[in-house]
Formats: sequence, structure tokens, C-alpha cells
Amino acid sequence: MILAFVDHVDGAPTILSLEVLTMARRLAQEMAAPLDAVVIGPKGGSAAGIFTSYGVRALHVADDGRLAEYAPAAWAQSLVELVGREHPELVIGTASDRGAEVMAHLAARMALPLAANCTEVMPGDPFTVTRQRWGGSLLEEARVKGAVKLLTLAPHALTAEASPSRTDVATRQWTPRLEDKAFRVRIIPQVEADTGKISLAQARVVVGGGRGVGSAEGFASLEELAQHLGGAVGCSRAVTSLGWRPHSDQVGQTGTRIAPDLYIACGISGAIQHMVGCRAAKHILAINTDPAAPIVQQADYAVIGDVQKVLRAVNTQIRKVRGR
Amino acid sequence: MNVLTCIKRVPATAGHIALTPDGQEIDTRYLGFTISPHEECAVEEAVRLIEKHGGTTTVLTLGPEAATDQLRDAMALGIERAILLETDGREWDPAATAAAIVEAIQAERAAGRTYDIVMFGNESADSAGYQVGVRVSEALDLPCVTAIKALDVAGGTVNVRRQTESGWETAEVALPAVLAVKEGINLPRYPSLPGRLKAKKKEIERIKPEWRDGGLEKVRLKLPVQAAHSVEVLGKNGDVSAELVQLFRRLSLL
Ligand SMILES: Cc1cc2nc3c(=O)[nH]c(=O)nc-3n(C[C@H](O)[C@H](O)[C@H](O)COP(=O)(O)OP(=O)(O)OC[C@H]3O[C@@H](n4cnc5c(N)ncnc54)[C@H](O)[C@@H]3O)c2cc1C
Ligand SMILES: Nc1ncnc2c1ncn2[C@@H]1O[C@H](COP(=O)(O)O)[C@@H](O)[C@H]1O
Repeated sequence: MILAFVDHVDGAPTILSLEVLTMARRLAQEMAAPLDAVVIGPKGGSAAGIFTSYGVRALHVADDGRLAEYAPAAWAQSLVELVGREHPELVIGTASDRGAEVMAHLAARMALPLAANCTEVMPGDPFTVTRQRWGGSLLEEARVKGAVKLLTLAPHALTAEASPSRTDVATRQWTPRLEDKAFRVRIIPQVEADTGKISLAQARVVVGGGRGVGSAEGFASLEELAQHLGGAVGCSRAVTSLGWRPHSDQVGQTGTRIAPDLYIACGISGAIQHMVGCRAAKHILAINTDPAAPIVQQADYAVIGDVQKVLRAVNTQIRKVRGR
Repeated sequence: MNVLTCIKRVPATAGHIALTPDGQEIDTRYLGFTISPHEECAVEEAVRLIEKHGGTTTVLTLGPEAATDQLRDAMALGIERAILLETDGREWDPAATAAAIVEAIQAERAAGRTYDIVMFGNESADSAGYQVGVRVSEALDLPCVTAIKALDVAGGTVNVRRQTESGWETAEVALPAVLAVKEGINLPRYPSLPGRLKAKKKEIERIKPEWRDGGLEKVRLKLPVQAAHSVEVLGKNGDVSAELVQLFRRLSLL
């Protein structure tokens, strides 16, 4: 049996979890094994319908009032119990903060290896996987051993696909035996006022600035362009390290992953750790003084020139065409 | 308060990555090395905690002799002691790495040195297993929080914040604990010259752990396939604002 560990919001699987289910369904076919899914928490069974289009045989729901809140060790212990009872050959989860954390606890508790951020999986004993290193700018082919193979799936390694054929999903609730100690860490969501700001991850346009912007004040022209285009301002790590912008603006391996229609990279060289953060952009426009900069090679459009001069001119032009 | 911070030496790659001919390693002949970014912030956070609450800080790495550079970089920022778990440069998988770190912490405990916080990066930059800290916490039976973007110690507990797509989440955890932090939790300071000089002279304690098989084995590294690609240069040094406005219109952004 293959077990997909599904992360959910009030029972509805997250996008990354649907990707996991898609991969798990594929592997189940390849291995001629049934596919089960597990959700943790009392609301876990409320979206059971979704699982019918992913070839799921049984949906296991860990039901305990204390599991309504996210508690990494308790969630992992629930999986330990299920794995001990159902003996899956493979457990696959998301590589979200939660997925990665729960799977790591599970691996430690079962003394098993865990391959994180896999993009390809070849069953066998051992399994052979391709996994991401360096945020995806480098791949590793690796062997995963152990009686149960544990993997997390890299975000967007494939597209989630509901199958047109439906299965009957049996929902099986159980109450795992959990000591109080498993709840030493309980993660509580904070309800916060919506700032109305366009978030970097969701923006349709991102105007990103690098060291070539010259100063914190230099970002004013990027802010203006972002405003004209209804976008958000991003930056490189060089800029956050200089203290010109907050880390929440950083795009890249250790920052935010963006997926806008257009990414305008201003005075950014295009280091691999930056590019893994913006490779989901539909189009990239680079503005750089150096025609040989890596970003220019990877962009769809480029303007070779001084970022402040170029932005000043285009901002003026936009104000003019808009009659302001 | 006593804080132990675990760091990893990684190549400072930039514009592109080249591999060694056998595909086993990154070709580092022309590269410098650095501390993995999340761990740079872990080091800074450890130093700040001690500045605020008093106590001692120790930094630890599992790596080759050359990783003493990164230990000294951490000491230059204000960490007092350093421990090298010296390897022959071979790859250690996350389970094996965690086991060696656990043994080192137990040896510290036997020598009368206990830690209130064992600090990790959320993931190492190069191998990104997202697990060494969690494994250490489980082996030592300590609570663990990962993906931390802010922390505050008060009395015997630590309050941590994590960022989600839609906002924040928090947790209150009793110490001792294992905490794995993300870049952005702070802006690491630059080392001072006296700090550097002091770090240079410091003794580094060494342990040589035995390599072990953790069950995850690297076969080879591969570069992702890049789709063929061409760039349209809209202009060079002239006024290209008309072309840009046209482009924005074509993409329905204006
Ligand atoms: C493990 C690790 C993780 C990292 N994670 C990230 C990450 O998440 N995000 C990230 O961005 N970086 C990350 N980095 C850092 C990355 O390697 C680069 O150092 C960084 O992206 C460089 O930023 P930059 O392009 O702004 O600066 P530089 O590389 O200095 O480039 C400046 C560019 O500006 C151009 N320029 C200069 N003057 C002008 C001008 N007047 N007009 C127009 N152009 C001009 C130059 O030609 C150059 O191309 C990471 C590094 C490591 C080792
Ligand atoms: N070789 C190592 N030596 C010391 N600490 C390490 C080592 N490898 C990983 N770590 C720590 O464990 C964290 C998570 O690593 P990983 O599980 O590889 O993503 C890193 O951010 C470091 O804090």
C-alpha cells in the first residue's frame, strides 16, 4: 500500500497535497499497489469527496480534538501508529513547512531515511529518486533505503490532476494513542488584519531590485513602476544584506518564490539562488548595465542601461500616456 | 542560558554551478565557501540571546578540517566556543549527521555542559534535507519548532513565530528546546576586526566521529535541463520608454 500524507485546511487538501495525491496515484499504478490517504484532525473527513478522483481506496482520519490544532510531534505520532498498523511500502507528503516537519519527525521516530523535495520517483528496493538541492538549481539522484520509504514531493514538480474515473473511498476514523508530551509544541494561527498590500508571491507583476539600484532611496523608482503596473516590489539578497529592503521582499532560495506574469529585474545579476525564486515567472525583463550578466541571458526581454535612467524615463512615459 | 548552534560549510555558488567530471560534487576550484544562510541567522540569533540574557554560546559543525573557517567566522560574530566533528570530506546523510551531533551533545552533557537551546537552520543550503534539527530533537527527547521567523525568550519558555501564506502562527515552548530558524529572523551583523582577530587565535575542539550509513545515498548530482532560450534586447543606452510601454500593453499590464 502507498500512503499519501495530506495536508489540509478544514479538510480540503492544499494544492501541494493534490500534487502529492497525483504522484501517489501514478506510483500506485506502477507498483500495482492500492493507494490510501491520511488526514490528521477532526475536520479531516469533511472533504472526502475530493479523494474519489485520485484513486484513493481508503481515507484514514486521525480524530482527536487535540489534533484540530497543528502539533508536529502529535501529527507524526499519529502517522507512526498508522504505518505500524497498515504497513505501507511508501509514505509521501508535501514539502511545505508542515509536510517537511511532520515527515522529519516520522522519519526520526521510525529510524528511517527521508528524501526531501523529490521531483521524480522510481520504485524498487532501494527506491531511486531525483531530489532538489540548492532550492532546485541542482538535482541529486539518490537511493532511499529502509523498510518503508519516506519522501516529500517538491512543490510543482508536477501538475495536480483529478482523474475522470472515480473510486469509492472508505473513510476510516481512528483515535491515535497520544501522550501529552506529543503536544509540547502546538502551533496557533494568528488572525491578523489584512494590510491590503499585494503579496509578493501572488503579484501579477514584480519589480525586483538588486545591488545595481544603488541605494535604499533608489527603490523609489521601482515603487512607482510597481504602482503603475499594479505590482509588488521585490529584491535580491544583496539588497536585504545591505539593509535597503526588508527580508520579506527577498526573492530566491532563502526568500519568496514568485510566479508573476512579468518579472522586471533591475540591477540584479541573476545568481542561481535568485533565479530559483523567479523561474516560475511567465516573462522576465532584465534592466542591467552589463549585457553579459546571467540575468540578461535568462530573460525574455532586456534593456541594457542604467536602471535609474531607464526607470525614470519609463515612469515619465507612463504618466504621460495616462494623462497624469 | 547556554546556546549551541549547528552550522554547515557550503560553497558560495553564484552565477552558475559546474560539477566535477564524476558528477559527485560541485566543482569548487573557483569558489569560496560560506555558512549556509539560515544558519548565519541562527548564529546571529544565538549571539543576541546571550547579549540579552547572559550565558554561553557554542558553535558546532560536522565537516572537513577546512570547515574551521566557518567556525571562526561564527566566533568572529561573538560565539565563544567551537567544536569540529571532523570528517574526511565524504558525504554524510541527514540521519548520520544528526546521530553524530547527538553524540557530541551527549558528550557535552557528560562533561557538565548542557544547552537550553540547540539552534539549527531550517534547511542546509546544499543538501536541503529539512530534517537534521528534527532528528536531533527526537533523539534528545526535546520539543522542536522549525521554520521560525521570530523568537523571544522569557523565563523558561520561548515564544516563536512562523510565517504562512496568509499570515503568522505562533507557539510557546518550554526550554530546553531545538529551534530551526529561517533567514529573515534577523539581519546578521558584520564581524568586527577585533572579533576576527580574537576568533583567529581561539582553540577549536575536535572530535572524529565514525562515518555511518543513514540510508539515503547520493548516486550523483545533475544540473537541471534548461530549455533553449533567446532574449529580445529592447534597447541599449537609448531611451526605450516607448518600447517598454508597448511591452507592458502587449502583456495587458497597462
Ligand atoms: C546559499 C545561498 C542562498 C542564497 N539565497 C539567495 C536568495 O534567496 N535571493 C537572492 O537574491 N540571492 C541569494 N543568494 C545570493 C546570491 O548568490 C547573490 O549574491 C545575490 O543574488 C546577488 O545580488 P545582486 O544581483 O543584487 O547583486 P550583484 O550580483 O552584485 O549584481 C548587481 C548587478 O547590478 C548590475 N548593475 C550595477 N549597476 C547598475 C546600474 N546602475 N544599472 C543597472 N544595472 C546595474 C550589475 O551589472 C550586476 O549585474 C544566496 C547565496 C547563497 C550562497
Ligand atoms: N554537517 C553539518 N554540521 C552541522 N550542522 C548541520 C550539518 N548539516 C546540517 N546541519 C544543521 O541542520 C540543519 C538542517 O539541515 P538539513 O536537514 O540538511 O536541511 C542545517 O541548517 C544546520 O543547522
